[in-house]
Amino acid sequence: MSVVIAGAGMHPWGKWGRNFTEYGVHAAREALKDSGIAWADVDLVVGGETVRNGYAGYVAGSTFAQALGWNGARIATSYAACATGAQAIDTARARILAGMSEVALVVGADTTPKGFLAPNAGERWNDPDWLRFRLLGMTNPAYFALYARRRMDLYGATAEDFAQVKVKNARHGLENPYARFRKESSVEEVLASPMVSDPLHLLDICATSDGAAAVVLTSAEYARKHGIAAPVTVAAVSTVTPTFPNTVIDMPLLATDSSAVTGVPERTFKESIGQAAYEEAGIDPSDVDVAEVYDLSTALELDWIEDLQLCKRGEAEALLRAGDTTLGGRIPVNPSGGLACFGEAVPAQAIAQVCELTWQLQGRAEGRQVEGAKVGITANQGLFGHGSSVILSV
Amino acid sequence: MTATPVIEGWFTTGDEPRLLASRCTSCSNVVFPPVSSDAGAAAFYCRNPACDGTEHDAVELSRRGRVWSYTDAQYQPPAPYVAPTDPFQPFALAAVELPEGIVVLGQVADGFGVADLVVGTEVELVVETLDVDESGERTIYRWKPVTGQGDNA
Repeated sequence: MSVVIAGAGMHPWGKWGRNFTEYGVHAAREALKDSGIAWADVDLVVGGETVRNGYAGYVAGSTFAQALGWNGARIATSYAACATGAQAIDTARARILAGMSEVALVVGADTTPKGFLAPNAGERWNDPDWLRFRLLGMTNPAYFALYARRRMDLYGATAEDFAQVKVKNARHGLENPYARFRKESSVEEVLASPMVSDPLHLLDICATSDGAAAVVLTSAEYARKHGIAAPVTVAAVSTVTPTFPNTVIDMPLLATDSSAVTGVPERTFKESIGQAAYEEAGIDPSDVDVAEVYDLSTALELDWIEDLQLCKRGEAEALLRAGDTTLGGRIPVNPSGGLACFGEAVPAQAIAQVCELTWQLQGRAEGRQVEGAKVGITANQGLFGHGSSVILSV
Repeated sequence: MTATPVIEGWFTTGDEPRLLASRCTSCSNVVFPPVSSDAGAAAFYCRNPACDGTEHDAVELSRRGRVWSYTDAQYQPPAPYVAPTDPFQPFALAAVELPEGIVVLGQVADGFGVADLVVGTEVELVVETLDVDESGERTIYRWKPVTGQGDNA
């Protein structure tokens, strides 16, 4: 038994400040239309929770189901920081695999404020997410910059390499109708943008966006019976947590675990996210044709390429420089344009990665198609031990 | 006006300040920031999955370590960060690996920036003023590059 994606839909990413429900319903209806399945036939709605939109956001599954018109479907709401969308997909998949759902609709949508993502108001001396700002002035880009600087000192990455990731992704996203930023970029332009946290410039760091993405999941059997065109198999959904000791400093924490008692683990948290996906899908990293990874910063894309074992540690810059990760290269990364072209809409983003791979594997990614792609992988990581990797195949 | 730590129980002061950590009485796993009695029961549980300890001793961490990575803040971070100067002055940040197998984030000492650091630079803990409020100076631990003192960590 396997689970397939019967339809995918998105609302374009942007910055309009409208109600997230409007974006979510748009994406949901696009996904339903893509699948050819009627809303009345959906028996499960899983919403990705948004924490910035009040009660309606906390009960996103209910909010979307009600906005589409109560149809008696069961509902669930997932929250897993940046991995929210993947966890929502996992919840739907599990219920289908258990034979308890035939058609599940998974929706994530968000409206986001401008500027740095700041912690909630109030004094909270036991909350690391509050303390990191109060005691250290440690912003999200500062964490990304730590990882970027380490690549420079250990592997010889340069500011030009990071800028080149932006140039590549900007070019990839030019023809993507859902991307917010559709404009070529140059290395000079990135390097001339203001330095935020050395070595990362403003154009190395992704924005926050409004947006929504949705997928319709069914069993492979249901898809066959109902003549669903070009279903894409969900081969793996990895949402593993870290294994102690987590020895890479993670946002929003002020320190790592200590490795003194047990030694350094075989894999870092991010490596384990991808490894669990490969094991679940029963495939090898060399089988992957296309990857959508979380480029919160340009340098982070290079980390992910290695974390997903698409090359050896320290070799991602060589891959980039050779054009291997560009459309037409050996292993195109972020053909959608990635977060560089979208900006992050937290509860929608992991679903958007899956939408892009669905269209890539169906050969429908117009203007950005990875020719002959059969296997795709996503990756992301969020706060507090959340992360995800989804493998799709045809 | 007196100088007081901005947060209680995280570091000692004086000529040779040190970070204060909590060590599990069962398995000796060390955690920083230290376990706080105000943080609720979850804070007491030892993080080692092979250990069900809930008791901790306070221990001092090594004063010196090596830079795991580093960066700076060139824009003023949002509240609850309090800028000590107006206009805002950029400051550097470092993640430092201590002999206890733990990496601790901190600001870099006044007068030092990213140009003074590389991965592996030896640094030591100092205590400096973070900001000033109506009760006086609020102090914080910081990492200061060790210069001209040889390799004797």
